[in-house]
Amino acid sequence: MSVKLTEEMLSALPDARGHFGAYGGRFVSETLMDSLMVLEKEYLRMKKDPEFQAKFDQDLADYVGRPSPLYFAERLTRETGGAQIWLKREDLNHTGAHKVNNTIGQALLASFLGKKRIIAETGAGQHGVATATVCARLGLECHVFMGAEDVQRQSLNVYRMKLLGAQVHAVQSGSRTLKDAMNDAMRDWVSNVDDTFYIIGTVAGPHPYPLLVRDFQSVIGRETRRQALEKTGKLPDALVACVGGGSNAIGMFYPFLGDEDVEMYGVEAGGLGIETGQHAAPLCAGRPGVLHGNRTYLMEDENGQIAGTHSVSAGLDYPGVGPEHAWLKDIGRANYVSVTDNEALDAFRMLTRVEGIMPALETAHAVAYGVKKAAEMDKDQMLVINISGRGDKDIHTIAQLDGIEI
Amino acid sequence: MSRIQGVMKALKEQDRKALIPYITAGDPHPDVTVDLMHTLVSAGADIIELGVPFSDPMADGPVIQLACERSLKHGTSLRQVIGMVKEFRKQDDKTPVVLMGYLNPMEAMGYEAFAEAAADAGVDGILTVDLPPEEADDVAPLFTSRNLDAIFLLAPTTIDQRIQAIAEHSSGYVYYVSFKGVTGAAKINVDEVAAKVAHIHEMTALPVGVGFGIRDAETAAAVGRVSDGVIVGSVLVDTIARNQADTEELKRALTDLLHPMREALDSLAS
Repeated sequence: MSVKLTEEMLSALPDARGHFGAYGGRFVSETLMDSLMVLEKEYLRMKKDPEFQAKFDQDLADYVGRPSPLYFAERLTRETGGAQIWLKREDLNHTGAHKVNNTIGQALLASFLGKKRIIAETGAGQHGVATATVCARLGLECHVFMGAEDVQRQSLNVYRMKLLGAQVHAVQSGSRTLKDAMNDAMRDWVSNVDDTFYIIGTVAGPHPYPLLVRDFQSVIGRETRRQALEKTGKLPDALVACVGGGSNAIGMFYPFLGDEDVEMYGVEAGGLGIETGQHAAPLCAGRPGVLHGNRTYLMEDENGQIAGTHSVSAGLDYPGVGPEHAWLKDIGRANYVSVTDNEALDAFRMLTRVEGIMPALETAHAVAYGVKKAAEMDKDQMLVINISGRGDKDIHTIAQLDGIEI
Repeated sequence: MSRIQGVMKALKEQDRKALIPYITAGDPHPDVTVDLMHTLVSAGADIIELGVPFSDPMADGPVIQLACERSLKHGTSLRQVIGMVKEFRKQDDKTPVVLMGYLNPMEAMGYEAFAEAAADAGVDGILTVDLPPEEADDVAPLFTSRNLDAIFLLAPTTIDQRIQAIAEHSSGYVYYVSFKGVTGAAKINVDEVAAKVAHIHEMTALPVGVGFGIRDAETAAAVGRVSDGVIVGSVLVDTIARNQADTEELKRALTDLLHPMREALDSLAS
């Protein structure tokens, strides 16, 4: 299946209108177009500005604690009996997930644009926490939109955001999950467009968001590439990352896209099983459509209404996915698979017991598939799982499933 | 000349302003939508904007969000909405109907199939909230080749260069969004609207309809004075929400709201 992507092809995407092949673009109401065009222009300028990049790198080093380790999971590898399993430890970042890489970058952009009010949507709350954190640090007003159902199942993160000084708005419309939080964030943005910067947490949304989130998250893959070469003298044979909107996965994949021998696996939320319809796996079981400002794979009914989703992990409970993933799927460069709630929960327990690392439930999807895949590979091969976040926030969910009140 | 262009031209010749009510198709029930459309015409509508319900109406406030939810509870599909227009046309072949909604239901139906069915049913214009002209290259020709007017939005944030480009892609009229916000918010500033609409008039010969924030005869007259027409949505939809149970009562309530706006607009002429 390997597809050779040249430097030239990669640097040309997205195109000037934000398209990755048939996907991406800018499908928003007219009021937001000007802000998006200004953001695009300013970002493309800052991307080439050594001072901006130096500031970003310094914040990642001194505030986030990068580089995050690439850790050889020796015992997990032995128990699996296949390829060497390495873990990219994004869970060790400040705030406990990869999300902060992007919020640092976007908050820098916001400051540069002179915006004092920040809004964000969040599912599991990791992006909300990461946004509230950088706002606390920079003294910016912060509003986080979160589906009412997610407020319930991620109460720890809600409280963290409040401690950090953010206002958390529980969204009661629609399915009361991540997509509805994003709708309300868009509505807030259109109403306060002059003074507000919208920090989108995933690689979806209107252009230039999929571009800038990918760029900010690419530090994951760049470090992994360098660390793999340093530690093993070769590139990994396979990369595995979970995909909700897909920001940690694109961050891991992007720097390897030109390395045709590196296989990539994006793991979607299979929920109760793809065949039940109760899942959140648009790349595996959806079709192209337009939502939240971009064309991408969506879960929808035959009339184009967005379908309800289900996943045990709030962060993957989203009916769309970043447009670059849609494109990578179509050209066959990356593979997209799914893992059920139960498989993810088993993987959560396994990684906790075998390696002493408690992954987020989102991340547990990647662990579940990574272990399955590694078992099919040769012992001299190397597989990297992106440990996108830590599982502290999910303790209540796990305890509840165990019938324990804490 | 399209039906919309004909109506706009006639109004201009009479020095009158267009009254353009919006309702969401299928709200409160698909069976009453055609009846409500006739009611709107009797109460003074020049053009009807018929909303196509969508599960995620990002540009709309709570009033129209709830209307979408009520409509979708009955499974109202884009094909059914087109069917409602066809039914409406059996009794009314004069009043233009614009379908207003979001892109995804059209994409799911298929643009060619949608354009064909809409034109066949007697739809006159298409307004897609989340389709700026930049993304409409493949879609808009399917509309224009079937004499469907493509109506695009202009906003307070639209810079001159874009006003020009958007007007070039538009036909029938352009829809000026009166404030930065979602539908149903009460933020309209008539002086600001007047200045911007005057500016738009300098850049295009197309009629300018103004929507968002028009809730009574007073705001209708104030905005009508400085534009070519007013679009009235949330206040009507809210009336539908409050009178769901009794269709006759609902028709009376809609008439009571719209008729004074018609009179206020007509009193501007002379």
